[in-house]
Amino acid sequence: MTQTSEPRSNPRSIQALIKPKTIRPTVFWRLAEDIPKPLYTALTVTSIGLPLLLWWAITTFGTIDPKFLPSPAKVMEAFGRLWSTRELLKDTVASLWRVGVGFLLASLCSIPVGVLMGSFPSIRALLEPLFGLMRYMPAPAFIPLLILYLGIGEEPKITLIFIGVFFFNSLMVMDTVKFVPKDLIEATYMLGGNRWEALTQVILPHVLPGIIDACRINLAAAWQLVIVSELIAANEGLGRRISVAGRFLRTDEIFVGLIVIGVIGLSFDLLFQYLLRVSCKWASQKR
Amino acid sequence: MFLQINKLNKHFDTKKGTLVVLKDIDMAIQQGEFICAVGASGSGKSTLLRQIAGLDAPTTGEVTVDGKRITGPGPDRGMVFQHYTLFPWMNVQENTEFGLKLQGVPKTERREQASYFLDVVGLTQFAQSLPQELSGGMKQRVAIARALASEPKVLLMDEPFGALDIHTKESMHQFMIDLWQRTNITIFMITHDVEEAVFLSNRIYALGARPGTVRKEIHVNLPERSHSVKRHSTFHDYRDELMDLLRAHGQEAVAAVA
Repeated sequence: MTQTSEPRSNPRSIQALIKPKTIRPTVFWRLAEDIPKPLYTALTVTSIGLPLLLWWAITTFGTIDPKFLPSPAKVMEAFGRLWSTRELLKDTVASLWRVGVGFLLASLCSIPVGVLMGSFPSIRALLEPLFGLMRYMPAPAFIPLLILYLGIGEEPKITLIFIGVFFFNSLMVMDTVKFVPKDLIEATYMLGGNRWEALTQVILPHVLPGIIDACRINLAAAWQLVIVSELIAANEGLGRRISVAGRFLRTDEIFVGLIVIGVIGLSFDLLFQYLLRVSCKWASQKR
Repeated sequence: MFLQINKLNKHFDTKKGTLVVLKDIDMAIQQGEFICAVGASGSGKSTLLRQIAGLDAPTTGEVTVDGKRITGPGPDRGMVFQHYTLFPWMNVQENTEFGLKLQGVPKTERREQASYFLDVVGLTQFAQSLPQELSGGMKQRVAIARALASEPKVLLMDEPFGALDIHTKESMHQFMIDLWQRTNITIFMITHDVEEAVFLSNRIYALGARPGTVRKEIHVNLPERSHSVKRHSTFHDYRDELMDLLRAHGQEAVAAVA
C-alpha cells in the first residue's frame, strides 16, 4: 500500500493480455435480429407439430396404458362424442360467460382506477399500498370466504375472477401511465390544455396500447381462475368437465377439456394482439 | 418592455441544502427581437426558460409578458422543446391543430390555420404523415408550426436544434431567420451553441454558471444574415468574445467541483 506513484507500465504490454474475439455469422443464434422467414415458419410449425408427433408416436408404438395417456385418435373421438351431445358446447359457453362477465367488470373498474393511480401521485399514495398487498393474496385463497359470503352460484365464481384480475390490472395500467413523457403533458399545457384535457386527450391515447397489452396478459389469469372456480362447485363448465372426467378416469375427456381451454385462450390472445395492431398503428413499430 | 424578467431568483431544495440555480436575473426584451441566452451546462438556462413558460414558478422575482405577470403555462407563449414532443398518434396536421382544438377553435378555422403554418414550415405534403415517419429536422418544424398556430406573443425555444446534424441545423438556422423576418415574431431561445446564437439573434445574454447569472449582454450587428457571414471577421469577433466568456465560466465551474 506504499507505492502510490509507481509509473504506469508500458501501454503496449496490455495488448498481450487482450484475448482476440470475433463474432461469427450465424442464422439460428441471431441475437435480437430477424431470422429468415422460411426458418421462422418452419420453427413455428415444429413448435406445435413436434409435440403432437411425439404424442402420437408414444401412444402408437409405446406400451403406456391408454388410461394414463390416450392416443390423439381417442381424444378426437371423445371430442366428437362430447360435441354431439352438446355437453362440450354447454360447458364452453358456461366458462366463457363467467370469464366474460368477471373480466369485463374487472377491466371496467381497473382501467380508470389504474389511469388515475398513474396520473395522480395522490391517488397512487392512497391506493398502491392496499393494491400491492391484495395482489399477493392468491385469488383462489378467497374461495372459502366467497362461498361463505356468496353461496355456490355464479356470484362467487365471477367475484373470484374479479379479485384475480382487478388488482393486477390496476397496477399494470398504472405502470404504463407512469411512462408517459412529462414533456408531452407540459406541451399540452403550453398549447392551452388543462389537466382534464391532458388526461383525456394525451395520457389516455398514449397508454391505450399499454392498456390493451395489460388486459391481454390478465385475461390469461381470468381464464385460469374460471377453471379453478369450477373445480370446486359447478354444474357445468370446462373445469367441471375435467374434474368429473377425472373422477371416472376418463383421461381422453380430460385431454379434450385441456385442449379446448388452451385453444380458446390462445384465440383471445391473438384477438388482443390484432386489436392492438389495428387500433394503435403508431405504437406497432415499438412492439 | 414586452417580455420582462425582474430580479428573478430560483432555488431548489436538495438533501445537501439549498441550491441556487438562478441569481438576480434581469432581462428586458422588445417586441420583434430574436434573443438567445447562451450558457454552459449548469447555467440554469433551461430553468430560466421554464419560468418564462410558466411551467415552474420563481422563488422570488417575476416574469411579465405584455405587462401581465406569468402565473402558469399558456398558449400566448409558444414553446418548442428540446426533445421532440409531437403526439405520436396524431398525424402532422392533427399535431399542428391540437393547440387550437384545445382552445375551442372550430374545425374549419383550425384546419385553415394549421395548413397555413404547415406551408410556412414547408411541410404541406407531409400533413398526413405520422411523426415517426419524419426526420428530426422535420419534427422540429412541425413543433414550430404547432407553436405558431396559436399566434403566440413570443416563441420560446429550448435548445431546439441540439439533436440535429450539422447540415440540418444550418438549414434550420436559415429557416428561423426567414421565419423571424417574415412574421416579425418575438423569439427567446436558449442554447449552448455560440455560433448558433451569434448567427440567429439580434441580442445575446451570456449566462454564467453555478449559480446562473447574466454575465454580459451583447448586441449583435451582423452585415447580413446568410451563411457566408460566418466567414466574416465581425462574426468571429462576436463568437470569440462569447467563447472567452463561457470558457472562463467553465473553468470556474471545474475549479468549484474540484
